[in-house]
Amino acid sequence: MANIRFILVLAAVAALVFAGAYAVDNAYLYFAGYVVLQYVVLATAWNILGGYTGYVNFGTAAFFALGAYSTVVLHKAFPVPLPVMIAVGGIVSGVVGLAMGYLTLRLRGTFFSIATLAMAVVVQTLITNWNYVGGSRGAYILRPAEAPIFGGDYIRYLFLLMLILAVIAIATARAIQFSRLGFGFAAIRDDEAAAEASGVPTLKLKLIATMLSGGFMGMAGAPLPYYVTYLDPASGFSLSYAVNTIAMPLIGGTSTWLGPVIGAVLLGTLQQVATVTISSSLSLLIVGLLLVGFVIAAPRGIVGWFKK
Amino acid sequence: MDLSFDLWGNALVSGLLLGGFYAAVTIGVSISFGMLDIVNIAHPAFIILGSYTAYIANSVFGFDPILSSIVLLPAFYLLGMAIYHIYDISFERRGDAAIRGLAFFFGILFITEVTLSLVFGVDYRLVEAPYIGPSLHWGALDLPLRLLVPCAVSLALIGALQLFMSHTFVGRAVQAVAQDPLALRLMAANPSRIKRIAFGLSIASASVAGAILIIIQPVEPSIARDYIGRIFAICVMGGLGSFGGTVAAAMTLGIVESFTATFYGPSWSPAVAFGFLLLTLAVRPAGLFGRR
Amino acid sequence: MTDKILKVSGLGKRFGGFVALADIDLEIARGERIGLIGPNGSGKSTLTNCLCGTLRNDSGQVLFDGHKLDGLQAHQRTRLGIARSFQLPRPFGTLTLKENVLVPILYVGRQKTGTDPDRRCLELLDLVGLAGKAHNKPGDLTQIEMRKLELARAMAAQPSLLIADEAMAGLSHQEVDDILALLMRLNDQGITIIMIEHIMRAVLAFSQRLVVLTAGRKIADGDPREVIRQPDVVAAYLGS
Repeated sequence: MANIRFILVLAAVAALVFAGAYAVDNAYLYFAGYVVLQYVVLATAWNILGGYTGYVNFGTAAFFALGAYSTVVLHKAFPVPLPVMIAVGGIVSGVVGLAMGYLTLRLRGTFFSIATLAMAVVVQTLITNWNYVGGSRGAYILRPAEAPIFGGDYIRYLFLLMLILAVIAIATARAIQFSRLGFGFAAIRDDEAAAEASGVPTLKLKLIATMLSGGFMGMAGAPLPYYVTYLDPASGFSLSYAVNTIAMPLIGGTSTWLGPVIGAVLLGTLQQVATVTISSSLSLLIVGLLLVGFVIAAPRGIVGWFKK
Repeated sequence: MDLSFDLWGNALVSGLLLGGFYAAVTIGVSISFGMLDIVNIAHPAFIILGSYTAYIANSVFGFDPILSSIVLLPAFYLLGMAIYHIYDISFERRGDAAIRGLAFFFGILFITEVTLSLVFGVDYRLVEAPYIGPSLHWGALDLPLRLLVPCAVSLALIGALQLFMSHTFVGRAVQAVAQDPLALRLMAANPSRIKRIAFGLSIASASVAGAILIIIQPVEPSIARDYIGRIFAICVMGGLGSFGGTVAAAMTLGIVESFTATFYGPSWSPAVAFGFLLLTLAVRPAGLFGRR
Repeated sequence: MTDKILKVSGLGKRFGGFVALADIDLEIARGERIGLIGPNGSGKSTLTNCLCGTLRNDSGQVLFDGHKLDGLQAHQRTRLGIARSFQLPRPFGTLTLKENVLVPILYVGRQKTGTDPDRRCLELLDLVGLAGKAHNKPGDLTQIEMRKLELARAMAAQPSLLIADEAMAGLSHQEVDDILALLMRLNDQGITIIMIEHIMRAVLAFSQRLVVLTAGRKIADGDPREVIRQPDVVAAYLGS
């Protein structure tokens, strides 16, 4: 299916989703839906570097939180419309991703992964020591009472923004998958030395992947302060982001754009239900167990089951 | 900056002792990552598990934490062998160890942390022993036994492992398997079995490391993550697989962290390890202290 | 445009204390057919890796088509016109055969305008006899077929210098002849070829010039029939 057609179909689906939520008009649905859509973006973003290119990023929380905290900074210093904040969050995270990638991507993939894990701790340390954004005490962000332009519940506006972001992320992932860039990524994933020998500029492509991946994660994090209204490093850098962002594509299937979406919708919804019915810790434990289970028994994920 | 000898001297001593402890924390990964090329990022979780088992032995039964950790060595060893077995049949033999292996260990790290917090809660736990509290004094220098005993135990542990590696058939086989699995096979040793033993040893070391951790500081499940950066920084700095290098790198990190904490505040400590890791990877990925 | 496509002078490579290559000088004219032989471990693959950029040489210089190769990454050298097949095949495991061959076509970018990439892929696969398996994955191939895929992928990069690293190992008599004919055809089109092989009849049939490496040093370089009669060459293979 050509890219334009796909985007139109996707936009139509998104419009349907929004129309459905609008009709039901339940605030909880918007809250829960926001989280699921957020994970769709995060999982899709992770998969560009992880599933397509083969480089595992454990530091999702860092990129995500950088987006959130850049919103906090803008909110305090220079309030701009939220879509602009989202763009800024994306740029900040993208640049950090680029810098970190430049330092670590020339080495083995495992060193890159370890560096991302350590980096998350470091970024958290830096933010915790930065009083302007509240440090370890956290920051309070007032959520506006009404959404701009069309009015109505602000949470509905957040839901809509995240829905649009999800559409952009999915469309980007799919476009990459079938493009020259996507073949380059796949070659790097399958055999980096052979890719180099085939003329693929591996470092440049890996940097592109890191930048795109980090950038989308930053964009997903940018609206967070308005969603939670109180942001502190412990919650912003929660390990659950890292685990979920890895578990969702691995369970859904890493080789296509569809896997992260399936994983995010399934696992995200499961967790929303479990948090309410059992406990959030137990629901996280279930995610961890599913991750290990799928990695051992079903390496190609849910998408892999159906491909046969 | 206060230039008194007291402050500098004590920061140095604390750093050395802390570094000794960091060596014990890292030695397991020197084996699993340095020699077996298995990126076990869950190692800190096993250390925390060791801390909690020492805690139970101490608070419920009144046993000394270090002694109980030694008694528990076989249990951790078996756990290590079991985990390696799963890793081996799921990933190593299938040849796509990279992403899936990493995700596997990350999952284990996560499951362990969440399970511990479900069972024990997120309160800090500590142990009681006669050597936590008093300090030796040497002139103006303080040598807290709280740091001295763990450092001594750590060096003893590493010494024992080094002796094992160089003086037993199995130990030499472990060193060999890192370099040439085929040659090992020709020597009638099964590489899989050797690796399983080595990984078992790696996890067994976590029992002792965990016990001395909870002597040095109170423990709660999420501190595992603080140690990942330190462990791999030391591993890479020390030259993968070199025990001597590991100790040297650990001491260096301990000293720098100690000075940073003394003069800039302890909240910057986690950044030190990462800075070292980046520096090493950028300048000399083969390690600053390793064999080559 | 120089007449020497490759000028290697004083090339050296060590791994720690082990000297893999020492003081290698080699000149190859455009369109030549070179055979490169030597016992196992003599440095043939190391030399290939140094030429292609997979490894960095410690000393010496390589001039390719007038360009200095020092500091160039492997993918840049491929784009300049050096291609190689790997001794142990390294296919892209999750891609189909057709997609495997597509990657160099997409990234080397020296295709003539108007070439349809899909058709070019099938042409290349057909040249090595794998067109029927274009939509299979490398996992379905035999070792021999994987070697042919290696060659097809190297050719997809449209090289002016092709290094075929033991492309014929394990092939049947007829298959060796097929590959031999293929390489001859490529040479007729103007591609300079270095053949690294152990199969003597192929090397002798193919090479205009024979280069011999032993323990990292070049011990012979000249007419194939004379070189194989040299005492030190015989000694290198049979022991002295």
